[in-house]
Amino acid sequence: MLLSVVTFVYAFASVLYIGSWTFKKEFMAKLGLGVLIAGFVGNTVGILLRWIESYQMGYGHAPFSNMYESLVFFSWTVAALYIFVEFKYRERIIGVFATPLIFLAIAYASLSPSIGDQITPLIPALKSNWLIGHVITCFLGYAGFAVAFGFSIMYLVKPTGPHTGGLSDRLPSLAMIDELTHQMVMFGFLFLSIGIITGAVWANSAWGTYWSWDPKETWSLITWLIYATLLHLRMMRGWNGKQIAWVSIVGFMAVLFTYFGVNLLPGLHSYA
Amino acid sequence: MTNRKKKFGSNNGVWKFFTSVKLTVFVLLILAATSIIGTLIPQNASQAFYLQKYGEVFFSIFKGLNIIDMYHSWWFLMLMGLLAVNIIVCSIDKLQTTWKIIFPDKVSFNLERFNRMESAHRFDCEKEADILEKDCHKLLENTVGAVSVKKSDDGTALFAEKGRWSRLGVYVVHLSILFMLAGAVIGSLLGFKGFVNINEGESTDIIEARKGQHQHISLGFSVRCNDFSVSFYDTGQPKEFKSSLTIIDDGKEILTRDVIVNDPLRYRGISFYQSSYGTASAKNVHLKYTSKDSGMIYEKTLSFKEVLTLPESGGQLILDRFANGYQFRGHTLGEGFVGRIVPLNGPETEIFISVRFPTFDKMRQGKFAFEVDGFDKKYYTGLQVNKDPGVWYVYLGFVLMIVGCWITFFMSHQSSCIHIARRDGEKSRVMVSGFAHRNPQGMKLKIEKLAEKIKDFK
Repeated sequence: MLLSVVTFVYAFASVLYIGSWTFKKEFMAKLGLGVLIAGFVGNTVGILLRWIESYQMGYGHAPFSNMYESLVFFSWTVAALYIFVEFKYRERIIGVFATPLIFLAIAYASLSPSIGDQITPLIPALKSNWLIGHVITCFLGYAGFAVAFGFSIMYLVKPTGPHTGGLSDRLPSLAMIDELTHQMVMFGFLFLSIGIITGAVWANSAWGTYWSWDPKETWSLITWLIYATLLHLRMMRGWNGKQIAWVSIVGFMAVLFTYFGVNLLPGLHSYA
Repeated sequence: MTNRKKKFGSNNGVWKFFTSVKLTVFVLLILAATSIIGTLIPQNASQAFYLQKYGEVFFSIFKGLNIIDMYHSWWFLMLMGLLAVNIIVCSIDKLQTTWKIIFPDKVSFNLERFNRMESAHRFDCEKEADILEKDCHKLLENTVGAVSVKKSDDGTALFAEKGRWSRLGVYVVHLSILFMLAGAVIGSLLGFKGFVNINEGESTDIIEARKGQHQHISLGFSVRCNDFSVSFYDTGQPKEFKSSLTIIDDGKEILTRDVIVNDPLRYRGISFYQSSYGTASAKNVHLKYTSKDSGMIYEKTLSFKEVLTLPESGGQLILDRFANGYQFRGHTLGEGFVGRIVPLNGPETEIFISVRFPTFDKMRQGKFAFEVDGFDKKYYTGLQVNKDPGVWYVYLGFVLMIVGCWITFFMSHQSSCIHIARRDGEKSRVMVSGFAHRNPQGMKLKIEKLAEKIKDFK
């Protein structure tokens, strides 16, 4: 119930950020951040309540066990990461394309008829302490790439050329967006690596093999390879700006396929 | 100058080819692109499956390129090998330069370079130069590291740096990938993957390999399944599969332990994982049988091979075995019991008493119609049995990967400089600047903070 309210709070935050971009009004971005933080707090409480409820129902597991719970958690990690970035780099308005992702994920979870929001017991394969570590690190990775994707889109659509008014100076500079994209990709890459590693260690303890080329594993590796390529292109070949923005977008498509598309293919992860 | 060491192999064409980042990017992307194939075409399925789904022509193409097991095909392994060689050659090539930066003959600072930085801050300070210099010295020492001072006619320059060694991070990442690949090779050469089904109460010292048809592997010791149990949630979903296993080595019982999903048993480098289960047999079969002539219903609990003397001069019934997937006129009837009826005179007949279809035996039109009214299951446990001596190299690779990425992404070689020039009277002119070999924005913010702190000196 609370999470449905959070969906609308996030929607409002997105509208404010987009408004601040279109009308070049900084106060809307300030307000947007406030609303975003409110949504984030609600999101946190929602996840915790669900966790407690799972214990009350006698199942007792962390809320990371199905599509609904993972989408809610995805929103949470993207929101957390974005809020962190805005505070650390003191750039406003930069969330124009990142905040809608937070809203879209949680809205998809709440509104899609094919995604059940019931709390269900864990199947034996998921009963492990590795579940929490694996899910959290993977999603931090996804969140990094999602925010990077938002920044890349911003880079590509940001009007260049002569400034039309004093307010457009307040928009983050291209160099800043480029650098932040890179930072987010590195963050995502580190956590995707840890996510894959925790998954491999877990698989080794559950199935006796750390890598079995199941579609989700393979797609996470494909994602990893694309971002590894991006990092080499940037650090060794000096790519930046638009080129990197496009690679980052392609990378995020791979993330989306790893997340959603793989469920269409058979494999060990078919439950999540 | 003839003795001067030439840069190792740098003139070699093959060497140059392998040092190219273009090659790296190419191999990474080809690996990514080809990996997709294996997620779209099911791997290691039966020949019949491929023929039915893709047809003759595609099947022969798949077979030729080994796409039905592409992650172990010669060309995929070759790409991995190429990546490994690329990583080794690139790293050796670059490390020579990096090493010189990390351990230079003499650490020197170039004030001009700091001056040129776009992010340099310049401002006037009300403080007297000497005192300011002392404060800045302390500040730089606390926030960055050891300070070196360079005095000249136009003022004093204070330099400090940190994280010189962080330039090695990327080599740690590359090394980690080599460890993982080496671990994978060791595992596939010296290890095995197999499985075994053990009935409750029985033991075995031979398992079946996953690869290759009916290839047996001897364990060198025995494993016994004492007991298997499965529990369910109220919703009917399985909750836990548990096998109690005992290792018997050299005729002695070494250890007994419960194995559940996510918690394997390891002994002498071989691991036993809970992976499946099934009904192997049954005991205490409760039978109900109805006489066709009198309509009387009789009941009896039987064990296998136990002779049941039927009433009304019906002869004898002997239960022979439990059958899982009994075939009857082309239909699979699931679980049930195979037995035989020995009449007082005449030939004996084999009968099947189905668990799922209680009226099945009635169709036989015999003197009695038998049905199963319950029985105790005797399970078998399905275990995955693996040996992988390479896993520790892979794990070491994992640790190096995380540490290396952390260093590479979040640490950098940062140099900072504060230049203080004496100005007329009590005033000083200050320049704060710095650069890092990575994350220029982060460094810019750090310099900004440093400048703020100096401005706050009272």
